[in-house]
Amino acid sequence: MSHNIVIPTKDKLFNFGPFLKLTPGNIITYILLAIGLAITVVRFTVGIGAVSNLDDYQPWGMWIGFDLLCGVCLAAGGYFTTVAIYVMGMKHFSSAARPAVLTAFLGYLFVVIALLYDLGHPLRLPYMFFFPGTTSVLFEVGLCVATYLTVLFLEFSVAPAEWLGQKFKCLLTYRHWIEKIGILLTIMGMCLSTLHQSSLGSLYLICPGKLHPLWYSPFLPMFFFVSSMTAGSSMVVFEGMLAHKGMHAYMDEKHLAEAPIVTLSFSKACSLILFSLFIMRFVDMVVQGNFPYLFTSYGCWWLIEMFGFILLPSLLYAKGSRDKNVPLCRFASCIAVCGIVLNRWTVSMIAYNWHFDAADRYFPNLPEVFVSVFVVTMIVTAYRAICYHCPILYEHPNFKEHD
Amino acid sequence: MNRRKFLTLMGTAGVVSAIATPKAAEAGVHTFPYYDNGYGVLHDLTRCIGCRQCEVGCNKVNNLPAPKVPFSDLTVTHKKRRTTTTEWTVVNRYDLGDKEYVFRKQQCFHCNDPACASACFTKCYIKNPDGSVSYNDKQCVGCRYCMVACPFYIPTFEYEEAFDPIIQKCTFCKSRLEKGQLPGCVEHCTMDALTFGRRKDLINIAHKRIAANPDKYLDYIYGENDCGGTAWMVIMPKPKGMAQCAPGNASEAHDAMKKVGLDTGLGNQPMGELTYGALGTVPMIISFWPLLLGGAYGITKRREAIAKANQEAAVAEERQKTIDAAVACIEKEQGKEAAEQHRAAMTAALEAQDSASQHGGEDK
Repeated sequence: MSHNIVIPTKDKLFNFGPFLKLTPGNIITYILLAIGLAITVVRFTVGIGAVSNLDDYQPWGMWIGFDLLCGVCLAAGGYFTTVAIYVMGMKHFSSAARPAVLTAFLGYLFVVIALLYDLGHPLRLPYMFFFPGTTSVLFEVGLCVATYLTVLFLEFSVAPAEWLGQKFKCLLTYRHWIEKIGILLTIMGMCLSTLHQSSLGSLYLICPGKLHPLWYSPFLPMFFFVSSMTAGSSMVVFEGMLAHKGMHAYMDEKHLAEAPIVTLSFSKACSLILFSLFIMRFVDMVVQGNFPYLFTSYGCWWLIEMFGFILLPSLLYAKGSRDKNVPLCRFASCIAVCGIVLNRWTVSMIAYNWHFDAADRYFPNLPEVFVSVFVVTMIVTAYRAICYHCPILYEHPNFKEHD
Repeated sequence: MNRRKFLTLMGTAGVVSAIATPKAAEAGVHTFPYYDNGYGVLHDLTRCIGCRQCEVGCNKVNNLPAPKVPFSDLTVTHKKRRTTTTEWTVVNRYDLGDKEYVFRKQQCFHCNDPACASACFTKCYIKNPDGSVSYNDKQCVGCRYCMVACPFYIPTFEYEEAFDPIIQKCTFCKSRLEKGQLPGCVEHCTMDALTFGRRKDLINIAHKRIAANPDKYLDYIYGENDCGGTAWMVIMPKPKGMAQCAPGNASEAHDAMKKVGLDTGLGNQPMGELTYGALGTVPMIISFWPLLLGGAYGITKRREAIAKANQEAAVAEERQKTIDAAVACIEKEQGKEAAEQHRAAMTAALEAQDSASQHGGEDK
């Protein structure tokens, strides 16, 4: 092995050392967490109005537009990767599975946590099971997210079971059974993801009068689902890049050897999906007769989104994967991820209430943005903590796959 | 059985045959209005003078806190106001152009098939047989999807409340209706601009008023069909210089209605129906995706098995060739008997090696 990975042993189960070093990253993390905690206290003692610009015209702002819509979408890497590896049999990506599942699990977990900030009665969230409003798209989203979070937890729990299994032997039996039903979990995950990724788009089907015609479409669910696939594959590339910066010491040779192949293959897939998304949305615009809107300021924004954040990354990915140019693929993934975020923001905020005067429009205030930043920081911190302890980026020596 | 009940049953049952879905989609169109005898109110903008007495009445009968601007100040109607948590109805002035102004009162329209009710994921909203749409705060999670769904921006949320924030909106004074009293705003209206009655009667009254004064009124009853029909409806004067629209033609009435802040472009379907198509695909996806993915998994497994078998066959063939070659050599040097002995020994040794490696694999 080229370098030594700190693998927790039976006697030394914990490895919090990296958090205690005073690196710039750690300092920024702690500052952001402190600010977030302060806002959390205000939010839950004074009310939503005290920490947000939400009003009766704009009931869903930054917290839904970023934390929920983008959070769920960017966690799509979980289903995308597991289906590619376990269902389609692309075994040569297997080292990408665990990081993707972990990101998806954390993504969904923190979507639910962020949602608690936005809900007026966070403790009543389980009420949806007692008074199921089955005509509501939100009910479907809630049910799927709850079920999928459970599925992701089971898929992910293999890693902590390997970590703690050294001390608690019963976890080894548990791990064995989860491995056995792995394919079932993967297929369930795909079904649930299809449902709720598309349903996030369906949420906005009910308000044609509020969403700009260039974004409102009966095919919104389709667009949301297809773009979640691009988000899933882009996030694997994007996150791989970030992980290589910060977590290099926790990657084994297999992971490092497979990483460029994973990046190039996912880039190729994403290029094609982005291109089909471009065609789909373009055809939809033509079919709905929205051509005249293209010459307005919203039309300009639509063109920027379509050409700059869908077609451009698609072409860059294509070139990058053909030339085996990993940095170019990573650059394309940055644009693609930004594009997804911008698209969700457009649907939930920018093109929502588009006919209002500028003065009546919503703009998130600082505490609102900080809550979102706080959530992202928590995800990154949790990701690091788990990677320091569990076999995510390396294979545990006791559980090596035999080929 | 109406559409909502049907969907509820579907959802509760969980997995429903895919064939039922298109049938449900067809059934929806004919089911509204659900409560044929429900009450409603007709707001005639030609009679409204913006005196804010309806706001006074609403405030009084619902025991709402005193307003920031006293009700005697009529200039606030010139501002663009909206309903709030403590003002469930507001009356605003609208410019029809050509120095012509009208006033319109905003409140919950009490839709026949309310968007808020279809959007609520904990069933807080009910459409009552008396025409009102009521909200029950006891099971509200505070998700505010009803506010996103409402095409009229009516529900309001108590953002300043930390521990028990709920939705506030016009109740149609349901408790007063039950006692045989008029809603507060209707009772206080000094100009008879608000006409209370059975919804179906109100539509007739409105048509008669328009027929009696075809030049005065725009020939469009807002809420007769918009968003699946609403219990509260609006008729407005035809703005001067604008052509009369064809009776009830939403697209021709659009520009005039837009001047008083009403959108005739929302369609005649209940807003919830726009999402039912997407919801209807749920059983399809649940039943079909696993099949497709399971099939893909099966293909992958088979492909792997074939590849493995091919590889094993190739290895066995190579091995046999090697043994044969070695045996041929031995036969040349030492004769037939020794060759056969060596062949048996080599085969046995290879088999022993195979079984040993297999056991090793299982141990892992």
